[in-house]
Amino acid sequence: MGEFLHLLASGLALGGVYAIMALALVMIYQATQLINFAQGEMAMFSTYVAWKLMDSGWPYWRAFAATVLVSFIGGVVIERVVVRPFARAPILASVIVSIGLAFIFNSLAGYLYGYSVTSFDSPFGDRPLFGGGYMSAHEAGAVLVSLCVLAVVYAFFRFTPLGLAMRAAAQNPVSSRLVGIRVGWMLALGWGLAAAIGSIAGMMAAPIVYLDPNMMFGILLYAFAGAVLGGIDNPFGAAFGGFAVGVMENLVGAYVVGPEVKLSVALAIIVAVLVWRPSGLFGRRLVARV
Amino acid sequence: MARRNGRIASIVTAAVVIVALAIPFFASGYRLYQGSQVLILAIALLGLNLLTGFNGQISLGHGAFFAIGGYGTAILMAKLGVPYWAAIPIASVVCFIAGFLFGFPALRFGGLYLALATFALAVAMPQMLSYKGFDAYTGGPMGLLLTKPHAPFGLPLSGDQWLYLFCLAFAAALYWAAVNLVRGRVGRGLIAIRDHPIAAETMGVNAALYKTTCFGVSALYAGVAGGLSAIVVGFVSPESFGLPLSLAFLVGIVVGGLASLGGMLFGAVFIEFVPNVADQLTVNFGESAKALPGAVYGVLLILVMALMPAGVAGAARALASLAARFFAPARRRTM
Amino acid sequence: MLTRRSFLQSSAAAAAFAASAGSAHADATPGITATEIKIGQTMPYSGPASAYGVIGRTEAAYFKMINEQGGINGRKLNLISLDDGYSPPKTVEQVRRLVEQEQVAFLFQTLGTPPNTAIRPYCNEHKVPQLFVATGAAKWNDPKHFPWTIGYNPSYETEARIYAKQILATKPDAKIAILYANDDFGKDYIVGFKEGLGASHEGMIVKEATYENSEPTVDSQVVTLQGSGADLFFIVATPKFAAQAIRKSFDLGWNATRYITNVSVSIATVLKPAGLDKSKGLITGGYVLDVTDPRYKDNPDVKGWKAFTDKYMSAKEYIDVNACYAFGAAATMVQVLKQCGNDLSRENVMKQAANLKAFAAPLLIPGIAINTSPDDFDPIRQLQLLTFNGTSWEPFGEILQG
Repeated sequence: MGEFLHLLASGLALGGVYAIMALALVMIYQATQLINFAQGEMAMFSTYVAWKLMDSGWPYWRAFAATVLVSFIGGVVIERVVVRPFARAPILASVIVSIGLAFIFNSLAGYLYGYSVTSFDSPFGDRPLFGGGYMSAHEAGAVLVSLCVLAVVYAFFRFTPLGLAMRAAAQNPVSSRLVGIRVGWMLALGWGLAAAIGSIAGMMAAPIVYLDPNMMFGILLYAFAGAVLGGIDNPFGAAFGGFAVGVMENLVGAYVVGPEVKLSVALAIIVAVLVWRPSGLFGRRLVARV
Repeated sequence: MARRNGRIASIVTAAVVIVALAIPFFASGYRLYQGSQVLILAIALLGLNLLTGFNGQISLGHGAFFAIGGYGTAILMAKLGVPYWAAIPIASVVCFIAGFLFGFPALRFGGLYLALATFALAVAMPQMLSYKGFDAYTGGPMGLLLTKPHAPFGLPLSGDQWLYLFCLAFAAALYWAAVNLVRGRVGRGLIAIRDHPIAAETMGVNAALYKTTCFGVSALYAGVAGGLSAIVVGFVSPESFGLPLSLAFLVGIVVGGLASLGGMLFGAVFIEFVPNVADQLTVNFGESAKALPGAVYGVLLILVMALMPAGVAGAARALASLAARFFAPARRRTM
Repeated sequence: MLTRRSFLQSSAAAAAFAASAGSAHADATPGITATEIKIGQTMPYSGPASAYGVIGRTEAAYFKMINEQGGINGRKLNLISLDDGYSPPKTVEQVRRLVEQEQVAFLFQTLGTPPNTAIRPYCNEHKVPQLFVATGAAKWNDPKHFPWTIGYNPSYETEARIYAKQILATKPDAKIAILYANDDFGKDYIVGFKEGLGASHEGMIVKEATYENSEPTVDSQVVTLQGSGADLFFIVATPKFAAQAIRKSFDLGWNATRYITNVSVSIATVLKPAGLDKSKGLITGGYVLDVTDPRYKDNPDVKGWKAFTDKYMSAKEYIDVNACYAFGAAATMVQVLKQCGNDLSRENVMKQAANLKAFAAPLLIPGIAINTSPDDFDPIRQLQLLTFNGTSWEPFGEILQG
């Protein structure tokens, strides 16, 4: 039983990270119909920025806030400068551009900060909670932060005019323009938000997985699995998918097939869901009319 | 106009063939090795382009079929003693079946999801290759070493020259097959499915069959390339077939030009040589900049996409039509 | 070089590339002139193994220092180090470029088991010395079949055997759980460990779990391993995962004796992230000393290393155990070249590489030295058992020979 609870707890903690990343992916997908392969590397780079700030003496929450802000601005800039010019190009050209961005961020991080493992402090401390050491304080904190982020994003999109404008721009750019929404800036905002969310994911993940330039790669894959599982066009579904993948990966790896094939399990999840329910568990079913 | 373009195309093709045949007699072993790699990559790109460029199914996981072909050939040669020239066809049939089978679930999901599913396949492949249970055949993480074949019938060719010509033969044959496929009914069917799937179905194109077969064929191409690669390198291991390979394939077909078979040679040249170019460029930044070639490569990718969003072939077409207009101002304009 | 603009004429590109075939040197030994020794190397500067790229950079800096001191017998060292991304096909390509185009005299510290496995047949066929390969696989000690390839690291199998013997001597009724990487590094250890335990004791291993290098964390594997009821935990992992395993096993309250491999012994980059108090009691067999260990603060090697990194590298590399390792390897190479005198033919370089007697390369644990002979291509066979006391690695027992 103890083992099961441990697996569940660490699955939820990492699942929270996957959920946040999945949310960032969905955000960009909803706005631009594009999968941003550089999402993970951008998150990793943001985490390094936070680390650098804390290394220079900044207290945690100040560095956290600054990083989120810097990431937001960075995301907006990248969208306007690098991604926007390819809006009319074939979609694969944009995919190549995002791959290029991933290379750039990964190499820059390696160049600036080296490749050795760096520890990253958690604001929640490291003590085990609940006696049996089932969940460390940080893991619990990470889950809480994930849920907070989801709540904030949900509230933003549902209850604020700006959120409404962004949703409109994503669903129907032509009509949105007619009503006066600056669609271009909505896209940039989407990227900024996704980058900010990604930076939070990175800062929550780093105390668990340790900071190094290749930290986000495995996480990105599981985040994809989560987004697909939940439905790539549904932020909630994607977040649920992230948590589900985190827990499933642990439990399946421990009880069913063994950790040698954990990645293959992620693949199997993706394929199985797509075959059975192509739009994911909570995605909208797309019906094409002839 | 079409006939004139056709003539230019034939001249270019003939020139390429002549140069390709001449290379083994002028180039050193190292350059021949690179040449073989370019041909191998071109074959893989041809396959991927058939699937993605002509049929609209985005695959980010063709490295996996490349790996199946490579490991299949290696296992046949190293463990079952099959000669190299027979191992490749057998391994490629296995790849066709694998691709065909993967094509079935792929029918259910559209562009983006297929991209994600194939992406997961590419990432999971090294893990599947080093799975303990298959160790006896795959050599596990240690990989398999293959002996390099020598020129047959005592031809006065070095191993490198013979392998290059061997790859060239495959490349030429597969290119010719692809061109015929694309020009014929099947090709038109594939393109129709890509552009207007519903209209194509109403016209009687069996989309399911075409799409799965296309997947199988493109996997076959990747498998042949993988098998050739195993022989040319002389070694397979899980590290040889990671995600970067699949991403490189995608870069190659986009840079070469989607739905352009001739462009695949340029795509192959790009992914073979540009990382080295990125390396050279960063030498100027000093020792600590050893990490930078990746960034330079990323920048180059973005630049190439900005300058040539339709790939090299698209740029060539644009240049050709520009040249045509420039050189024939006296011709009667059609509009 | 390849023209990038003329895309219309792929034939022009192809012709240019064919024409740039390697030029032939008139010298007897390629790469050796009266003023220069050209050394070739492949390193994973990109990709998943990029953490090891610091090895190449350290060695380049070391050779730069030697050059500034006048070189060796009047010749400057020119290290040409190319990125192979830890991908064997790329390694083969780069090595062929180094040998056929750059005309290097020999290869030095090419890194990784799969890359080196891929190039070994080529090097031996073309009689190019493949010196001091940067990997611990046991297969590099095979002078009979591969006389041109010599290893450097103490082999993983040897290290694992030493641990097995130690366990049999100190805890013969232990229940062992093993976490290992699902690659050549991990598998070599398992083989050596099982061999060391012997068939009769293999039952001591109650659970094994593997991980992939692309996984984010090994926490769930550690949980599963603890669940097996083992009281001895053998962590065969690279730094990032070792740190995770150390921390998690402590957090779970798992009271097991923990052994880790010597690739993950760095206090600064593994134990500190894991938590120094969580790392107490770890046992390993090391050969490179830890420069942050206060017991070595007056060690002349450490002082030299500090001066070196201050001038040629940075504080980051000072604490990086991979960089310390590379420092010793580069010094070993220089020693071989010094022993060659003026005969820098490939045969003699190989002969001198197999002729190192009690060479105390810098930053090796005092007492450990490099020994090679025509039958023994395993330069470092000694390890010192160490245990971590919360601040430093304390040696215990004798220096063991594997």
